[in-house]
Amino acid sequence: MTEEEVRTIVVNIIEEIAPDEDYNNIVDEEPLRDQLGLDSMDFLDIVMELRKQYKIEVPESDYAELASMKSTVKYLLPKFNS
Amino acid sequence: MQQRIVITGIGVTSPLGNDLPTMRNNLLEGRSNIIEKELRYIGKVPMGKCDFNVTKYQNRKEVRRGTRAGSISIYCTHEAINAAELSIDKIGKDNIGVFVGITEHGNVETENEIANIKEFDYDVKYWTHHHNPRTVANNPAGEVCLNLGITGPHCCIGAACAAGNYGLIYGAQQLILGECNIAICGGVSESTESFGIFAGFKSQNALAENPDPNKASRPFSKDRNGIVVAEGGAIYILERLEDALERGVNIIAELAGWAINTDATDFVLPNSERQAECMRRALKHAAIQPQEIDLISTHATGTPEGDVREIAAIKEVFGTTPTCYINNSKSFWGHAMGAAGALELAGNIPAFNDNLVHPTINIGELDPECDLNGKIVIDSPCKVEEINYILNNSFGMLGINAVLIIKKYK
Repeated sequence: MTEEEVRTIVVNIIEEIAPDEDYNNIVDEEPLRDQLGLDSMDFLDIVMELRKQYKIEVPESDYAELASMKSTVKYLLPKFNS
Repeated sequence: MQQRIVITGIGVTSPLGNDLPTMRNNLLEGRSNIIEKELRYIGKVPMGKCDFNVTKYQNRKEVRRGTRAGSISIYCTHEAINAAELSIDKIGKDNIGVFVGITEHGNVETENEIANIKEFDYDVKYWTHHHNPRTVANNPAGEVCLNLGITGPHCCIGAACAAGNYGLIYGAQQLILGECNIAICGGVSESTESFGIFAGFKSQNALAENPDPNKASRPFSKDRNGIVVAEGGAIYILERLEDALERGVNIIAELAGWAINTDATDFVLPNSERQAECMRRALKHAAIQPQEIDLISTHATGTPEGDVREIAAIKEVFGTTPTCYINNSKSFWGHAMGAAGALELAGNIPAFNDNLVHPTINIGELDPECDLNGKIVIDSPCKVEEINYILNNSFGMLGINAVLIIKKYK
């Protein structure tokens, strides 16, 4: 799986959680929390959807990796490819 | 003299419409709206459903995160606030209280979550983190506060099917106590999303069945065979009379009196004696005689036992031929559970202006035990000279009775 494909998966998951936001202008290096108005319950939703849809576990100690799109993709890429 | 409490706004959603004029018109026209819908495990059942625009006052994320009861409460609250021409900023967000009556809460969300983890072989790591905020008993009222930024007191009043009336009474009490300057209160029901509610009534032999769903809800009929579950909501803006006068807002009606009591006799079967006592106490609170009531909005749900016991209680207080008229709204949309009392009252309040008593439908042959010598208004509206007082009955499981008397504001 490529970085772009992982990014698309992540965007689709977040779009389901916060459907009213603009997903065309995400700055990958900036925090997702600020750009998309996400809170801790939303991040738990992201973790749950990764678990449900892709059997990927994100332990609590790694939650900081989901801060920006760039760090999320970097963190998830090896998990999708393992 | 007790503080006078008035109604300055009403917001509703019901199977007969998502605003009061539409709902009232359908009641006067005798148009019911019961559909059949498939629910997990139990199959097709008749029910009353609402079709309000959920995203009118919530964004999609709020809807996804919250509950149906929360969405119903938020919709009705906004509609009531608009009707009351209320500026939350002017009143002050901390001066507003939100008090929502509920029959039950959490069944829908729990059933959905069990169905969800069934897909994962009941592994609870797939159980949603939204479960607890969705199922806490204050959820619907709390969602209203989150949506509008209201920072005064809030709670839900669990009072079975007396909750709609109880919500209004509780709101009035909070105003009298000075706990808030505006009470947003009433009742809601999301029960049509829960198979357990239907299955419970079915096991109790109290779930209505009819080949024509619009004929399934038939209180007082000789052919009645149970309850049609409905969803709905009715939220009112209540305020102290002097505050409403200072705001210069239109006053819809005044709360004249109320009473709440308990049967303490059975989990499900009502008790005529206590119901009569509750009505008498409400009349005493309003400082009026039974013959001053112009209309009784009954609770009757269409169960053989419940309808007869309420009529017996009415006879005890008002005589075998009451001077007032009697009607029933559940015959149109079913039993809206936690919303029932508040919603049924809302449908009758326009009678203060149009002097019409909306009918009870689906009776066909009247059960002789429910006969009040022609005082039940059947099939078509009854024009009267004037309506000054409405007595609204609301009774629920575990023997909770709530009676509310509303009067025309003069």
